[in-house]
Amino acid sequence: MTARPQTLAEKILSRRSGHAVYAGELAVVEVDQVMIVDSIAQSVIAVLKDLEATPKYPHKVSFVIDHVAPASSVSVAQAQKEAREYAAAHGCRLFDVGRGICHQVLIEERLAQPGWIVLGSDSHSTTYGAVAAFGTGMGATDIALAAASGRTWLKVPESVKVFLSGDLRPGVSAKDVALEMIRMLGADGATYQSIEIHAGDRFSRGERMTLANLCVEAGAKAGLVVPGGEVLHAYGYDFPEWVYPDPGARYLREVHIDLGTLAPRMSAPSEVDNVHDVSELRGLRVDQVFIGTCTNGRLEDLHAAARVLRGRRVAAHTRLLIIPASSEVMEAAMQDGTLLTLLQAGAVLGTPGCGPCMGRHQGVLAPGEVCVSTSNRNFIGRMGAADARIYLASPAVAAATAAMGAIALPSDLEEAPHA
Amino acid sequence: MPKVWKFGDSVNTDDILPGKYAPFMVGEDVFQTYAFAHLRPGLAAELGRGDVLVGGRNWGLGSSREYAPMALKKLGIGGIIAHSFARIHYRNLLNLGIPAFESPEIADLLEEGDTVELDPRSGLLIRRTAAGEQQLQLPPPPEFLREALEAGSILEFYRRFKRFPGEREGAVE
Repeated sequence: MTARPQTLAEKILSRRSGHAVYAGELAVVEVDQVMIVDSIAQSVIAVLKDLEATPKYPHKVSFVIDHVAPASSVSVAQAQKEAREYAAAHGCRLFDVGRGICHQVLIEERLAQPGWIVLGSDSHSTTYGAVAAFGTGMGATDIALAAASGRTWLKVPESVKVFLSGDLRPGVSAKDVALEMIRMLGADGATYQSIEIHAGDRFSRGERMTLANLCVEAGAKAGLVVPGGEVLHAYGYDFPEWVYPDPGARYLREVHIDLGTLAPRMSAPSEVDNVHDVSELRGLRVDQVFIGTCTNGRLEDLHAAARVLRGRRVAAHTRLLIIPASSEVMEAAMQDGTLLTLLQAGAVLGTPGCGPCMGRHQGVLAPGEVCVSTSNRNFIGRMGAADARIYLASPAVAAATAAMGAIALPSDLEEAPHA
Repeated sequence: MPKVWKFGDSVNTDDILPGKYAPFMVGEDVFQTYAFAHLRPGLAAELGRGDVLVGGRNWGLGSSREYAPMALKKLGIGGIIAHSFARIHYRNLLNLGIPAFESPEIADLLEEGDTVELDPRSGLLIRRTAAGEQQLQLPPPPEFLREALEAGSILEFYRRFKRFPGEREGAVE
């Protein structure tokens, strides 16, 4: 379709704008899916009403009640009621309390597909890049305009190529790769840019979601994992031939990570790019461990935690909160015994949804408390008290930390006696 | 006379408005009073209309929540000058019609407590200090956004023209 080689971001935006566009240009594009979460639904509806507009393509608009689910107060319940009623009145999809986290649910429901443009009212909408969809987060005004018109405007981003080679060592996960990528790029290293991750046929769909999810923590507009080998075909996706970057496409910069050199990583308070090897932080006493969120609440994440915790107990002074990313994840983890293993270890289970990630309910932190979380942000005050400290890690490291009651590697447990 | 309030690098959306104080948690009328609740307790009450916030790198990183810039709008902030802005927040600021200027030099030059006058359209900033008066020119917003800013906000622009800034009429559909 074009003469000049294009990055994957340029290709997707060209396809949906009807003509070839390149980094730096302004594109007005057709949007394939608009996702609205409970915490912003009221604002989006208010803007739509202000515009005297309704969703142009209701089947391309999804409401998800996940940020404070179930409701924690009357005002939250009222906001969710309005979202529910609006969706019903206008023929939009609604994923109600307990179905799960927006990004997880949209992927499960196939509402993000290779080559699509998905706009979400949540910054971690970069997650859709796991299946080679251009996913990006926007605020209420942009989301309302996209729902009303079926389109949006975007500056076509420059792209950063992240090239992954080698094989991960045991105990090292996609989360560690993503944290290393953020360390290398910095929290604003990819601002206004698309991160294009070349991972070959490494990583499952869920692991790709973790990689794409965290791209926004380097400031990126989108995080696209290039389809490789058979890995996504195995999930039943149909890949149009054009959904690959062209050889010779122009990148702003290239970053290489040799996976074989990585050790488990952890972000220390209170910026995501404050990344260390877990071994440097080992031994710090922890009050709460949280396994869940759009970053790491999937079945494979619960499996990783269960492998570490099987036959062990969470330390007496530590709480372990586990919130599956969706009802589908919860059901599968129940059927295969994972949840039983985790509950027997002393975990507390929450309703599928975002949980305490943004400090609104279900496990907020007291002043001075320390939490190890599998989420994606450790900002000051994010999960409760302003002086609580949040460390970000993989599910395996989080589980080992819960068992030891202090920051630990899974390998540390092998030396510790079973409870 | 509007004043300058100075911040450091990486002021995130939770710093601007902690998520737990979103309007649907605490009410439309009061949520803006929690602006900077963790970062600079008490500041929201001191901020005056037209005041200018000055930040370092990556102002507004974090959430897509429009409540963070909305709180600043409700507090009457006259504009933000920073070394750089995070993408989603920058877009939200423009959508709400809050002037945002990237200028490391002028951000470094301005000091907390300076009195200023900012013309959001021209980007002309008049700074008054004990030493006297200084005229500073902020860099203009990107070309394609200028027509939207002329209309007051992107929402106003769309309401009026039923198209997006930079879009050729009839280009799509």
